[in-house]
Amino acid sequence: MPSKSRISRASHRRSVALLIGTRKGAFFLRGDQDRREWKLSEPIMLGNIVHHVIQDPRNPRFLLLAARTGHLGPTVFRSEDFGRTWKEATKPPAFPKAAEGQQGRVLDHVFWLTPGHASEPSTWYAGSSPQGLFRSEDGADTWQSVAGFNEHPMYHEWTGGGKDGTPDGPKMHSILVDPRDPRHIYIGMSQGGVFESLDRGESWKPMNKGCAADFIPVPDPEFGHDPHCVRLHPLMPDRLYQQNHCGIYRLDRPDDRWIRIGENMPRKVGDIGFPMVLHPCDPDAAWVFPMDGTTVWPRTSPDGRPAVYATRNAGKSWKRQDNGLPARAWYTVKRQAMTADTLAPLGIYFGTTSGDIWASRNEGEKWSCIARSLPHIYSVEAAERDR
Amino acid sequence: MNSQARSTDSVTVRVPAPLRSYTGGSSEVSVVATTLRDALAELDRRYAGIRFRIIDEQDGVRQHIKLFVNAELNENLDTRLSGGDEIHIICALSGG
Repeated sequence: MPSKSRISRASHRRSVALLIGTRKGAFFLRGDQDRREWKLSEPIMLGNIVHHVIQDPRNPRFLLLAARTGHLGPTVFRSEDFGRTWKEATKPPAFPKAAEGQQGRVLDHVFWLTPGHASEPSTWYAGSSPQGLFRSEDGADTWQSVAGFNEHPMYHEWTGGGKDGTPDGPKMHSILVDPRDPRHIYIGMSQGGVFESLDRGESWKPMNKGCAADFIPVPDPEFGHDPHCVRLHPLMPDRLYQQNHCGIYRLDRPDDRWIRIGENMPRKVGDIGFPMVLHPCDPDAAWVFPMDGTTVWPRTSPDGRPAVYATRNAGKSWKRQDNGLPARAWYTVKRQAMTADTLAPLGIYFGTTSGDIWASRNEGEKWSCIARSLPHIYSVEAAERDR
Repeated sequence: MNSQARSTDSVTVRVPAPLRSYTGGSSEVSVVATTLRDALAELDRRYAGIRFRIIDEQDGVRQHIKLFVNAELNENLDTRLSGGDEIHIICALSGG
């Protein structure tokens, strides 16, 4: 059953807009008071490849958008008026220029955006393809390479070679800032694994014990894993979840060994997928969107029967949630394309690579399609504003 | 056509449609420059951010961009320019 009592915000005073990044631009989908009716915006930056659009929880009018085009290099755009106008960053994320005679890295696209700690209202983080970590301390206008990671002597070992990425390039994603401590940061890399820094990115250590990596011919490697999506619970920051290339995991610090909670998924469905969503007020509740990871990795709904799976007990058991979803469909949902709002009951949303947005106003109990035929969807984020 | 008066040292930069959001819609810009590198720097000084969309952080021309000087493919940023030269920035094929 949806949880109602633990969300403190007055839902009726807030409205939800979905910020949608697609291969051909961004779109906003604005919900009415009840989240029943949704109005789609005109395309924003039509033709741009938009990997991520995100709201600043510290300043809800501020949005950040990562873009490139087929021809033009990567950049980020800032909006201080909730998307009415956009301004390009003065100095977008970029790797340092290499010394003469040495080969430097070239940033292909900004893949992931994360607001900094609440105590640092002008700080932002960006993760890139190929894997790179960048920080801005002036509201995302100028960006610096985080040398502690990008120039680390183990960088090439940690991130692997050109063959070790996704079909769309290797990614740094899931940049997580501990709400108790701005110096404590986690990152996820496909490929590379989960890493932790306790000093604001100056030093890093791998954190992948217990995670399978069946594509590496080394038993129990220290790094080189493929976490698809890592989440940290905001109210219980010592609890992390991840949807990994090889299963679904949970970690409760100070333990350092991930537990495969995906073993409790139905065998026929498996525990492969890309996104993972947490309930903002219930550290035991999470949602995944399983995909077929057998044979040649179709990355579509297992057996063509799309469903969300929910746990209410930190992964001890999972419940299928497919009410309203098509009986047969071969959906792919990317790692940034599933999200939740913070209203009560929780709204959950996902976007497919075939361009449909699905929404549930009751924590996955029932689904309805609220937008169709958008371009290939890369990301869906919920933004909230006071009415 | 850029309205700025051309000096005898000026070169013409032809700007493709995807970059005209930087140039206020202009398809042609005159800059005073003695090398291709200088021309791009001047372009960026005038239209902040445009260079990084064309040239990456290692000074390489981006994968789906081509630079022509006087109709010849030329991506050596140290190429010398003379007054009246033309630089074409071309968006090459980049898929669907």
